[in-house]
Amino acid sequence: MMNQIVQGVLLGGYYALIACGLSFMFSVMRIINLAHGSLAVLSAFALWLLASRFHISPFLGLLVVLPLMAAIGWALQHFLLERSARGGALLPILTTFGLAIVIDNLLFEQFGADTRSLAPFIGSLSYDSWEWPGSLYVGKLAVIIFITAVVLLGGLQLFLTRTGLGRSIRATSEDPDTAGIVGVDARRSMAIAAAIAMVTVGLAGAFLGMRATFDPYAGATQLLFAFEAAVIGGAGSLWGTLIGGIVLALAQTLGARIHPQGFLIGGHVAFLIVLFIRLYTSGLGLRGLLRLSTRKAS
Amino acid sequence: MNTASLVIERGTPASRSAGIGVLTIILLLAIAPQFLSAGAVDRMTALFIYVILAAMWNALAGFGGLVSVGQQVFFGLGAYFAIRLANAGLNPFVSLFVSAVIVGAVSWPISLFMLRLRNGEFAIGMWVIAALTHLLVNLDRLIQGETGTSLISLNVYDASTRRLTIYWLALASMTALLAILFSLLRGSTGAAIRAIRDNEDAAASVGVRVTGTKRQLFVLAAFGIGVAGALWLATAITFQPKTYFNVQWTAYMIFMVLVGGIGTFEGAILGALLFFLIETWFGGTGVWYLIGLGAAALAFSLLLPRGLWGTLEERFGWRLLSVGYRVRLPASAADPTGEAISPAPTAAHSEKA
Amino acid sequence: MSLLSAEDLVVRHGLLQAVRGVSFSLERGETLALVGANGAGKTTLLRAIAGAHQAASGRVAFDGDDLSGVPSHERVRKGIALVPEGRRLFVQMTVEENLLLGRTAGRPGDWSVERVLDTFPNLKPRRHAKAGHLSGGEQQATAIGRALMSNPDLLLLDEVSLGLSPLVVDRVYASLQGLIGSGTTIILVEQDLNRALSVSDKVICMLEGRIVLAGDSKSVSRDEVTKAYFGLHRKGAGGVPA
Repeated sequence: MMNQIVQGVLLGGYYALIACGLSFMFSVMRIINLAHGSLAVLSAFALWLLASRFHISPFLGLLVVLPLMAAIGWALQHFLLERSARGGALLPILTTFGLAIVIDNLLFEQFGADTRSLAPFIGSLSYDSWEWPGSLYVGKLAVIIFITAVVLLGGLQLFLTRTGLGRSIRATSEDPDTAGIVGVDARRSMAIAAAIAMVTVGLAGAFLGMRATFDPYAGATQLLFAFEAAVIGGAGSLWGTLIGGIVLALAQTLGARIHPQGFLIGGHVAFLIVLFIRLYTSGLGLRGLLRLSTRKAS
Repeated sequence: MNTASLVIERGTPASRSAGIGVLTIILLLAIAPQFLSAGAVDRMTALFIYVILAAMWNALAGFGGLVSVGQQVFFGLGAYFAIRLANAGLNPFVSLFVSAVIVGAVSWPISLFMLRLRNGEFAIGMWVIAALTHLLVNLDRLIQGETGTSLISLNVYDASTRRLTIYWLALASMTALLAILFSLLRGSTGAAIRAIRDNEDAAASVGVRVTGTKRQLFVLAAFGIGVAGALWLATAITFQPKTYFNVQWTAYMIFMVLVGGIGTFEGAILGALLFFLIETWFGGTGVWYLIGLGAAALAFSLLLPRGLWGTLEERFGWRLLSVGYRVRLPASAADPTGEAISPAPTAAHSEKA
Repeated sequence: MSLLSAEDLVVRHGLLQAVRGVSFSLERGETLALVGANGAGKTTLLRAIAGAHQAASGRVAFDGDDLSGVPSHERVRKGIALVPEGRRLFVQMTVEENLLLGRTAGRPGDWSVERVLDTFPNLKPRRHAKAGHLSGGEQQATAIGRALMSNPDLLLLDEVSLGLSPLVVDRVYASLQGLIGSGTTIILVEQDLNRALSVSDKVICMLEGRIVLAGDSKSVSRDEVTKAYFGLHRKGAGGVPA
């Protein structure tokens, strides 16, 4: 039992990692990027290609893939999102959904339906574990992923509060027009934010490939995980994302204990329960929820 | 301005003759199986189902402002409930429609919850609902997980009776759903929809029932897509959850509506027709066909967000099936009293619908 | 050469022309008071100069450069800073962070967080407070300080006294007095005619998007301005060269 909780918490680190980019982009650009999961899978495939074709270890491969992901993020904002966001709040959903379909099927066209993994390329790290007091065995990789998530979230937090660029991004997320008036290039801030978000997505993709398997259509599931963790944690709050990831992972663990196919169900149900509680406590209460409310849902 | 001098029209002469045209087309389609091969009848049935899907997704997104990427949940449930009902001994053809009614009923409690979410949150939230429902349906012993099952009770009918019955059911469903949507848009709900689309908060402040109107569209879309799912099951016989709860169905809906023209009644139909033709010609190219669909959706959302029909309508003032009102200034009153602030006559106030 | 000049500037809000062919110029070191009733187009004119609204036609030149198509953040870099109507602070950021944002444009100069805090002593204890938790006067001081942090050559002040108690307005103007004396060029929108005329060198009165009166603050009479304000003095309508 204790063992499963520890595993669940560590898995939460991965979910936080995949969720933080989605949540970050949402808080700055007010856009939910439906291609988020597909881009993570793209990064995993890129690392797989480097490892299997050119014998570059996935960790070294990140030196190539992460800058590439940053460039993709910048281009995504500059050529797609900025343009479609001008057409209202609904259009970016459709644009990024179209992009997800293109990415998924291009990956399928290129790599076929086989499931892949980066595990064979990281040696014993994929199965090594440490023994903790109380005869707990924790996988080294899981710990590395968790620590990476904490460092990344902390680093992002410091970047946003302590640097000029971070302040510019926060100002842009609060009010892009006023940001311009005080001298912030809002378009540049958004493009940089998108680049940063894609670096986190690239990292998440790498860990997805190392700890599990992936195939060209795995992006949708990753998107749902990211979305659920971000919503559970409270969209836009970085440390909340970590909590959200852990809650999601623990709910999945619990679900799997109840029923052999309960892993994913547990996560979805936890997400809906948290959502329900949040709507319930948002001041309207259950009666407000059932009444034909004319108020904006926040 | 003197209101007596305004002429308010519900349709144009073109839209009246279009109405007669629509009737003729439906009659022709009803007798068409006489002249079509078995394969062509099946394809036409698929076309009707696509039109339903496009019109229903458009009702939700184009008129309700609710972009969902989880509509496959209702498609899958439409098929699933039909299987369950037929298994319980109900006539398979009757089950198709009882199933859709159940889907509509199920969508109501879902709407209580989901309509509180906004934009992207609603979009992915619906996807979560679809994923969860898919997993739960897999747990049903009858379905046997991803293995699936079949609507075996349909086999008591011989192949040609089955084909023709499904064809007519699909045609009738399409016609009825389009008629329901059309009358909804022409009635007071239509006015509410346009008010909400112009400015949701302002509409709410003058007493438009924003959530109630959206809920109406949500339930209608769920019911319609449930009908489509059940009809698809009737043509395919086999039910594999993975096929029916696939997000690809929503991708098709989005493609049809975006290309045809989001928020225009005719656009969704045009989009379904184009999708049908593209599928007929390029469906065999497999993955490149899907890449093309995604790329087209991407391109239209960026470059031509009003879609083909929306763009044509805007450029040429086309209006076949009139769901809105148009206010025209008669020639004598066409001289505006104010300055350039006055809107240009007809153009600015003939709402899009 | 004038520091700022506008030629036949037209700015639209949708179908509405908010500024209809405005021309004027301003020399370095001058203070211009922009007066007029609500909806006369003053705020729109200031925002157009700051680049927050794009001009439909006509042009604004600053320090000899045509500003057409130059986005707002570039204009800050050139030395134009706007204190917008309603302050528009970043409410989730602290006072200090708001001030530091003003430095984004990277213009060299004397202004620092310390100097702003010295200029507006009431901000000192609030340095690390969220801007959303400040009083009206503190917010206004932060907004002005934020604009000053970019070391502007031209400071645009939009209704800095709006919503403040008379005592606080006196304090804000007392700190502005130092700026006005220091050679910074200023355009201020002010509802209080007496105050507007007393701190400015030049005055422009707008009505329905046009300039109806322009002159030296010392030479125009209060009566003349009042008449122009209410549209009773239209012989100069269509833009009086300043």
